[in-house]
Amino acid sequence: MNWLIGAVLFLILAPIAGGLIAGIDRKITARMQGRVGPPLLQPFYDVGKLFEKERAVVTTAQNFYVLAYLIFIALSGALFFAGGDLLLIVFAFTLAHVFLVLGAYAVHSPYSHIGAERELIQVMAYEPMIILAAVGFYMVSGSFYVTEIAATTVPAILYLPGVFLGFAVILTIKLRKSPFDISTSHHAHQEIVKGITTEFSGSTLAQVEIAHWYENVFLLGFVFLFFAWNPVIGVVAVAITYLAEIFVDNVTARARWQAALKSGWLATLLGIANLAILSYMMLGGA
Amino acid sequence: MSTMAFLKRSPWILHYDASSCNGCDIEVLACLTPLYDVERFGIINTGNPKHADILMITGGINELNRAVVRNLYEQMPEPKVVVAIGICAATGGIFRECYNIAGGVDKVIPVDVYVPGCAARPEMIIDGVVAALSILEEKRAKMTGAAQIKDDARHAAGEST
Amino acid sequence: MQTLLFLIVFPILVACLLLFVKRTTIRYAVVALSALAIGGASIYLLMRYAFEGAVYFAAPSGAIDLAMVAIEMGLALFIIYMGAKFRNYLAILLAVIQAALVVYLEMTFSGSLHAANNLFIDQFSIIMALIIGLIGSLIAVYAVRYMETYHHHHPEVRDRQTFFFFVTFVFLAAMFGLVFSNNLMWLFFFWEITTISSFLLIGYSETEEATKNAFRALVMNLLGGVAFVVAIVLLAATEPTSGGIDLARVLASPDAAVVLIPVVLIGFAGITKAALMPFSSWLLGAMVAPTPVSALLHSSTMVKAGVYILVRFSPVFAGTFAGFSIGLVGGVTFLVASAIAISRSDAKSVLAYSTIANLGLIAACAGVGTYMLVWAAILLIVFHAVAKALLFLGTGVIEQRTGSRNIEDMEGLIVRMPKMAVMMFIGIAGMFLAPFGMLISKWAAIEAFVQVPFGLIFIAILAYGSAVTVFFWAKWMGKLVTVTQNTERVEKGFFEESWAPLYIITGLVIAAVFLFPVISSMLIEPYVLAIYGVTAHLADANVAIMLLMMALLLILPVSFLLFKRTARHLPAYMGGRPATPDLHFAGSLGLTREAQTRNYYLTEYFGEAKLFRPGAAVCIVLILVSWILAGVAL
Ligand code: SF4
Repeated sequence: MNWLIGAVLFLILAPIAGGLIAGIDRKITARMQGRVGPPLLQPFYDVGKLFEKERAVVTTAQNFYVLAYLIFIALSGALFFAGGDLLLIVFAFTLAHVFLVLGAYAVHSPYSHIGAERELIQVMAYEPMIILAAVGFYMVSGSFYVTEIAATTVPAILYLPGVFLGFAVILTIKLRKSPFDISTSHHAHQEIVKGITTEFSGSTLAQVEIAHWYENVFLLGFVFLFFAWNPVIGVVAVAITYLAEIFVDNVTARARWQAALKSGWLATLLGIANLAILSYMMLGGA
Repeated sequence: MSTMAFLKRSPWILHYDASSCNGCDIEVLACLTPLYDVERFGIINTGNPKHADILMITGGINELNRAVVRNLYEQMPEPKVVVAIGICAATGGIFRECYNIAGGVDKVIPVDVYVPGCAARPEMIIDGVVAALSILEEKRAKMTGAAQIKDDARHAAGEST
Repeated sequence: MQTLLFLIVFPILVACLLLFVKRTTIRYAVVALSALAIGGASIYLLMRYAFEGAVYFAAPSGAIDLAMVAIEMGLALFIIYMGAKFRNYLAILLAVIQAALVVYLEMTFSGSLHAANNLFIDQFSIIMALIIGLIGSLIAVYAVRYMETYHHHHPEVRDRQTFFFFVTFVFLAAMFGLVFSNNLMWLFFFWEITTISSFLLIGYSETEEATKNAFRALVMNLLGGVAFVVAIVLLAATEPTSGGIDLARVLASPDAAVVLIPVVLIGFAGITKAALMPFSSWLLGAMVAPTPVSALLHSSTMVKAGVYILVRFSPVFAGTFAGFSIGLVGGVTFLVASAIAISRSDAKSVLAYSTIANLGLIAACAGVGTYMLVWAAILLIVFHAVAKALLFLGTGVIEQRTGSRNIEDMEGLIVRMPKMAVMMFIGIAGMFLAPFGMLISKWAAIEAFVQVPFGLIFIAILAYGSAVTVFFWAKWMGKLVTVTQNTERVEKGFFEESWAPLYIITGLVIAAVFLFPVISSMLIEPYVLAIYGVTAHLADANVAIMLLMMALLLILPVSFLLFKRTARHLPAYMGGRPATPDLHFAGSLGLTREAQTRNYYLTEYFGEAKLFRPGAAVCIVLILVSWILAGVAL
């Protein structure tokens, strides 16, 4: 029954937590820039506002894909907090993103099209590292199930420092933070307008935003797994990681897609090196 | 949901610089700097009409940007307001007599708020946006009201047939 | 045993009959009816033998063996004749070597050249038979109308349709023979028939390019054939310990080291036939053939014979360094071919590279050969066959209807040919998305490789490879679903009968997801269990989640009804420029210009010119290493 509670709690609480995190993020970003910044609840106002707007579309199909995106993001997050198989979760997660990309393709608009292509490059950049991270957890805990990974008493981070660093790199991509916010961004994004979300408006855009909240909570949960042996340290570590991401977001300029792809893949190499050493140690019968 | 009125707390703007001297343009951008920090009011510069609630235009209308201004306006989902910033945007300003200038923004699209000045000061611009917010809110109320009436009518029609 | 013989003999009879059928309508009737018979028989096979494990049949020998050798000699003469005609001396050389080896084999080892049982069937064979019997014959049905239109579009090509269908059905017969043979001599005979059949089919249009590519296919496969005969010679020479030419005995042979060398050679034959690197170019060249041929070669026949043999022998590979090395050939092929697929815009070329990639993955699983990997490999074979057949046939229809098979020209297919687009969409989803089959297999492969020593190499390959796969499939999908405005529908009134096979295969792609637990528990798991004593299966909870996802995917389109009513339609944002719905706008100087959207191909990073040669080189080294390691093991 525990798994059901986890999933339901995620489905209900994640948007709230995700929205709050986004609010804190904006507040901290503003402070880093010497501004006051918006109210803490600003992300909720934004989404609420979007639901109040008129429904305007380029093609009706776009709503379908975005809805599918939201549902599958929520599903993969729910699976995660239900303690499911990490690989399955990763694949469901990819499926969700493919839907978002298809929504952007469906509208037949130049900006949205470039956004979609760049989003796919991002997927290509981060996917190997996520799979590798799942494998890393398996090597440490002997299971792909989140329940069991979370229950290990082994400090995963000590065995997987390279994997963690690699994951931190692709986390920047996933959180749509500079320098890898190439497909769309929360900041003004003039060269391709709003990229993948250019043609989404009103409630459709709100769904994208909510999906993003779900996604962020899920990703932070993923980070937590590295520190799961001690919940207190875990929460602190997640917070520090997120702060570091905000910091990076504020001190770097947007890179080109080549850099994003290379960084993602190099990060994966780091992870592979880590796992290679780890499996060598295990074979050696440490 | 209709009574919540999030719109006032989250006005996203689209800024278009029409036929201007770029003076007002710079002032608009100044609003986004830490000194004035309009994000305090939830204002975000989206650069995309499909996401925007407020269209801020600096400069007047000439023959080349006429179609663009109309297009940008049409691409914004309802409810939306237009803020004309600076004298150029209001009337054509010092360029008024030029052979290619048609006049202020209201020659092409309906304008809700005029912000005077040459150039308009950031404080004035922010005041203008705040004034625009109540108009925006009015429009929203009207829109949901209209939708409500339409909905009721449809229900009534549905029941009678 | 009757069913087995029926499946081998009946297609040959049909093939001969088709030699005399000239009218398309009658041909359609004959092909459709025999497809029904073949499909029915393979399903009967499933019901009859699914629960029986491996069943062996003595089957008449003697005369048949002689006939086979005679036919092999005849084929060798035919190759020599063709080689002389088109001045391809390499083909002649290989054919002569092969024939000489066969003669040597018959002369020297005639005593040990018999198997206790010539035919057999087990769950793996049933799966293969189902693929050949259902997908293969559906492709044949589709081909009838396709070829009619093909000749309509290509008046310059000599109309040899009777011959075409003759070869097609012989091909099917040979495939059945191949998966039912327990006698390696028989297996080799059918193996050679598939080589010749594909040679003839690829060269069908008789253009210079087609002939050249047909010979390339022939030469590469003959090379594999030579390795195969050498393997048989070695097995025959060591008959007492290795088991000679009796497949079952070879697999059960106590002396693994003795068996390893011949099996590695047979594995090499499998590598050539499965078009792994460095032999991929024959499959790429095969694109010149009419689309049904490609569909046949890529999904249900030919290359599947290659991986069949690899998976069949994977218990021998398991745990050996030679096997690991062969697995690496597959792994490298998977990675490189997937990457190259990014840079291709020709739909058939993308499909070809994706086939090569997936065959590589199957070979990787087979080479490493633990029980979980064999399980995954068989799943891959099944799902790949169904989805790939659909994609090829779909591409064929699109090409004939729109005049192009370039992916860029498929933009807006959802508007122009909605039914076709949906089917292509499902086919592509079948290739890389959860919860469709290919993904299940990849997932299983990852879980399996984790437990293998040095499996990390494969994990890394899979991680990069699947990321790359997502990229090239998703961008193709994106083209299909782009809703272009003002485009006319061109779907109607176009060789309607051909839709039937497409619908059925689309149904199969979806059904495969729902039936996957059944396929796995009824056929694959017993097979794996019989060989390894343990078996793999997905956890029930995960299966349930997959089914849930699939159900969600099927229900989601209903949400279209919700969106219909109120939304206001706006044109796409064009930087403020007023534009027509099909993206024409007034550019500078008052000229009307059109904005076009094109996909990324990243040729600079993933181009064929950049990756193919290094990939092939690595694979050649790995193949040589596998031989050396097999030798060292002895
Ligand atoms: S109003 Fe004055 S400052 Fe503003 S754009 Fe016009 S001329 Fe420039």
